[in-house]
Amino acid sequence: MKHITDFTIVCREQLGKHYFALTLRHPDLLPPIAAGQFVEVEVRNCREVMLRRPISIHDVDSSANTLTLLVQIVGNGTRQLATLNEGDTLNLIYPLGHGFSLLGNNPLLVGGGAGIAPLLYLAKCYNDRGVRPTILLGGRTKELIPVREAFEPYGKVLYSTEDGSLGEKGLVTQHSLFFAPYDHICTCGPTPMMKAVGRYAVEKGIPCEVSLENMMACGIGACLCCVTDTVDGHKCVCKEGPVFDVTKLADFLENK
Amino acid sequence: MNRAHTKKVTLLVLIFNLTVVNLSTKIHNITLKNPVMTASGTFGYGEEFADFIDLSRLGGIIVKGTTGERRQGNPYPRMAETPSGMLNAVGLQNVGVETFCREVYPRIKDIDTKIFVNVSGSSIEEYCHVAEMIDELDNIPGIELNISCPNVKKGGMGFGTNPDMAAQVVRAVRQVYHKTLIVKLTPNVTSVVDIAKAVEQAGADSVSLINTLLGMAIDVERQRPYLSTITGGLSGPCVKPVAVRMVWQVAHAVQIPVVGLGGISTAADALEFLMAGAKAIEVGTANFLDPTVTVKIVEGLEDYCQRHHIDDINDIIGII
Repeated sequence: MKHITDFTIVCREQLGKHYFALTLRHPDLLPPIAAGQFVEVEVRNCREVMLRRPISIHDVDSSANTLTLLVQIVGNGTRQLATLNEGDTLNLIYPLGHGFSLLGNNPLLVGGGAGIAPLLYLAKCYNDRGVRPTILLGGRTKELIPVREAFEPYGKVLYSTEDGSLGEKGLVTQHSLFFAPYDHICTCGPTPMMKAVGRYAVEKGIPCEVSLENMMACGIGACLCCVTDTVDGHKCVCKEGPVFDVTKLADFLENK
Repeated sequence: MNRAHTKKVTLLVLIFNLTVVNLSTKIHNITLKNPVMTASGTFGYGEEFADFIDLSRLGGIIVKGTTGERRQGNPYPRMAETPSGMLNAVGLQNVGVETFCREVYPRIKDIDTKIFVNVSGSSIEEYCHVAEMIDELDNIPGIELNISCPNVKKGGMGFGTNPDMAAQVVRAVRQVYHKTLIVKLTPNVTSVVDIAKAVEQAGADSVSLINTLLGMAIDVERQRPYLSTITGGLSGPCVKPVAVRMVWQVAHAVQIPVVGLGGISTAADALEFLMAGAKAIEVGTANFLDPTVTVKIVEGLEDYCQRHHIDDINDIIGII
């Protein structure tokens, strides 16, 4: 069941210049949340912003009734959210969308930039199933991989940076351990990265789930603005996604 | 009104000696429990909002624009945020009338509110075909004929911008559709009054206005339009003054009831339309920002009437 409710910000952490994390607490127990689901955040006091902003759920602590959002500052909405402080309230519609399947016994999670956000909670959910994933995080530079240590208890963490400032130099799809025999791949990040990961997975016959981030208005499948083309026609990324089996997406793997 | 709510109201009336407010209004021969309805294309089939509100609190639900065949709509991107508003170019993506009747209708027919179907098409034949099929559905007391969608290449707004064309499609649908016929008008015309009069003459039981305003936005960094279709329909608080003005003009020019919409997000917004002459209102884009907004508007109307000692909402309709 989806909810609309106020949370209180209990922790705000700046992560380099471009990212920050907000940990939000609710007085009541949180509903079940699947890895890969997201929230629609209300942006107050910003003339340019009317619509809510969809933000993926980075972490959940059910025992503390908290969830954490990892936010990249990209425009007016996220810039306004960056001004919030501990003690402020934030109105959320959540949990939204369709998450990852948690299939596979030797999964690879590939994240780039802000796309690493859902992978922390995803890694934790795999651990709850007794599966330790391999987590490959990429960015142009070390600073653009905003969360690193938090992943380490939950799997084998690998890094790729284009400037070589952390881990192997190059793209995630050039990492030496990208080619290990995984039985499932989950990816979230820039579209060209997800396409490259998806193409490799399809070529090797490895099931692959990608998390899309189309522009949204409602977040609940009412406005039909955020559609992506699938083998079954247009589907709402907010409702039928954001996580899709890559083979169900039409034209996604084509190089364009 | 559900039982718990009725009980609560009775209790409040007893304790605070409040006026019992009548919020019920009539559109043609349909009695709405209150004037608050939802605008087509912003509320799905209602089901999407059932987690957030009790749908039986609403005066009516106008479900997604429905065409003769299933439609994919326009390619992504089909939405752009603009100051106090948004542009959309969804382009009537819908399951088609047959699937609607077979699969959707059974799921929603027992929601305790008035459900209208927004009927769209590319030709007079298509409008008639859809209207005829909806006519068969017992729990759908009316349709909203959409001759004003700006986002389809054929039909849609093409019918709604010319009084003769508008009258022609309404006359044809009137022949095959026997229940309440609301005609949704576009603001993208020189004189909305002329169109409203033409459809009234042709047999419409009511008019609703305004559909979205044709607009455009350009991403200057990428040097291209935000929408795949270049132009789209503008909605949200930014269009409200235009909508209030048009509702006021039309309400003074026709005898049939007017349904007002365009940028309504609060009870005060709704009251502007009612005072301008609308017998009912539709909430659209605001549903995207707050899925509970419709119920807040119903409660706000009740509160307003209490504060102003108005015991019947109809007393303020058309006072301007």
